[in-house]
Amino acid sequence: MAELRYVRALNQALSDAMAADPSVVVFGEDIAAAGGPFGVTRGLLEAYGADRVRDTPISEATIVGAAVGAAMTGLKPVVEIMFMDFVAIAMDAIVNQAAKARFMFGGQGSVPMVVRLPHGGGVSAGPQHSQCLEAWFAHIPGLKVVCPASVADAYGLMRAAIDDPDPVILVENKALYARKEDVPDDLPAVEIGKARIARPGRDATIVTYGAALYTALEAADTLAGEGVEVEVIDLRSLQPWDEAAVLESLSRTHRLVVAHEAVEAFGVGAEIAARMADIGFDELDGPIVRVGAPFMPVPFAKTLEQGYLPDAGRIADAVRKTLA
Amino acid sequence: MPSNNATSRSRAAKGSNKPEALLALYRQMLLIRRTEERLSQLFADGEVPGFIHLSIGQEAIATGLGAVLERRDTIASTHRGHGHALAKGVELNSFFQEVMGRETGVCKGRGGSMHVADMSAGMLGANGIVGAGMPIAVGSALAHQVRKTGGVAVVFFGDGALAEGVLHESLNLSALWELPALFVCENNGWSEFSPTSKQFVAPLAKLADAFGIPAETIDGNDVEIIADTAGRLISEIRKGGGPRVLECITQRVRGHYEGDAQKYRDPAELKDRDKIDPLPRAASRLSVLGVSDALLAALETEVMAEIDAATEAARAAPLPGFAAAQADVYTPAGA
Repeated sequence: MAELRYVRALNQALSDAMAADPSVVVFGEDIAAAGGPFGVTRGLLEAYGADRVRDTPISEATIVGAAVGAAMTGLKPVVEIMFMDFVAIAMDAIVNQAAKARFMFGGQGSVPMVVRLPHGGGVSAGPQHSQCLEAWFAHIPGLKVVCPASVADAYGLMRAAIDDPDPVILVENKALYARKEDVPDDLPAVEIGKARIARPGRDATIVTYGAALYTALEAADTLAGEGVEVEVIDLRSLQPWDEAAVLESLSRTHRLVVAHEAVEAFGVGAEIAARMADIGFDELDGPIVRVGAPFMPVPFAKTLEQGYLPDAGRIADAVRKTLA
Repeated sequence: MPSNNATSRSRAAKGSNKPEALLALYRQMLLIRRTEERLSQLFADGEVPGFIHLSIGQEAIATGLGAVLERRDTIASTHRGHGHALAKGVELNSFFQEVMGRETGVCKGRGGSMHVADMSAGMLGANGIVGAGMPIAVGSALAHQVRKTGGVAVVFFGDGALAEGVLHESLNLSALWELPALFVCENNGWSEFSPTSKQFVAPLAKLADAFGIPAETIDGNDVEIIADTAGRLISEIRKGGGPRVLECITQRVRGHYEGDAQKYRDPAELKDRDKIDPLPRAASRLSVLGVSDALLAALETEVMAEIDAATEAARAAPLPGFAAAQADVYTPAGA
């Protein structure tokens, strides 16, 4: 066991993948010489050389478009978009090219690429540097979307994403980069599409992912003090998502809350709630309640952002509502 | 328009009056022309679904490039990409079966005319998004460079794509990284329904110059000039010379898409078509080189027989079943 930061786990996964497979290349804005705006790619240039670790100009559309062409020609590119918000400029390459290539070419080949997208608020970064846009990608057939919350999963999902033959959107919450955990020395890859039970419980289930996991765990602690034992499921993968694990938990607790930092309306939670209302209807003893951000841009001022981000109090209230 | 100097220099450089090479180019152009004429008919008859964009009048460019590219080279193409696909080696039968929406098509009927791709031939796809092939070719060139394949990535694009932001990003990145990439602009003067002269102010060669990329503008309807110039540029790129830009001035004979009434266009634009059209031009040059009319007629018969066979094979081929299609969205586990 050793203490490891989330950002170092991502870095170690990139390094191990590059050591294991010479076709893995990394490029993006300021990721080589400067080591990345958050330090995720630090040291890779020195270790693997300028051929495989490249700084790009500020050209998001071409960074991701080039990843598609490189993936079609034998490389496994991992590209970074500095803030998830900036991916709006690169959507054609992701949505119309990477996601569809395998299907529209009749399954001839895959597009093994990873697009790393740091998301999340809480640092007064304002409306264009804070959004959680993962639902956009989960809506597109052909993409996989993962969002690690734990340090071990940061490593394991990065390895799995790089090894995956299809395009994977890897969402990293900026608030988690500094997080420390004790993890085994030899971390495994984590299968995409598998959730984990972060806290077992019998009275209600909270399904969540990313940084909201820790808010949900805080809510579970509060509720435990009231004699309510909440099960918290960390989805880890949003597309595909572990429907079976959620249904299994619901079949034991009969109450369901879905919580995320992203805007509640039309979000990941809406999909999970709708599916469980369908296939889990007979298990439900209360309404499915969603907790997400209000329908507004992420605000700048500290007081505004505090009001915006879903907190443990709102999640606990949602659980109480399912039990009422 | 290209200068006459380019023409004479090119022919002088060849130093050969043997017709074999030109005959092969002529045959390829003829195959593309007759294929698209057949598709036009099939579309009118309701046998080709969706909408199609024909490259009639522009065949010399795909053919000239196709003649100098190797299997290991890769291309990214456009919505007007039938010629590129055939010239890069996509097999005629599976091409027809794709455009006619059959399970046995090269893309199993999932893509159709605008998405013909053949990874085994280095054809990375026609594309329904204007300009989208450029960054894909940049990435493919990066892969050639990193993997040391010796290959070159070529992107075809129309003059309408000059106004897309990715052109500028792609020129910059390919120059910055000295990538083995060739940007081939098929300049037919039209950006869909609008004249490019009213859409874009900067000549491509000047843009390329701004990025330090050598550029040439040539007659895009003279297949020999195209093959010679492309051969030289590809050779320079293959030796590590970095990217090049090749602008081929040509003419769009048909509408933006089949069925386009072209009310926006003066028919007089095409009145001298016979003098410009790459096929009669190559035929008269072949005649000068001593190729008989009988031989050209035999070639015509041969090409038509191939197209007839491909048409019939596509008609007989099965339509895709919906049940299996979803399995192509993601790579199957264990594959």
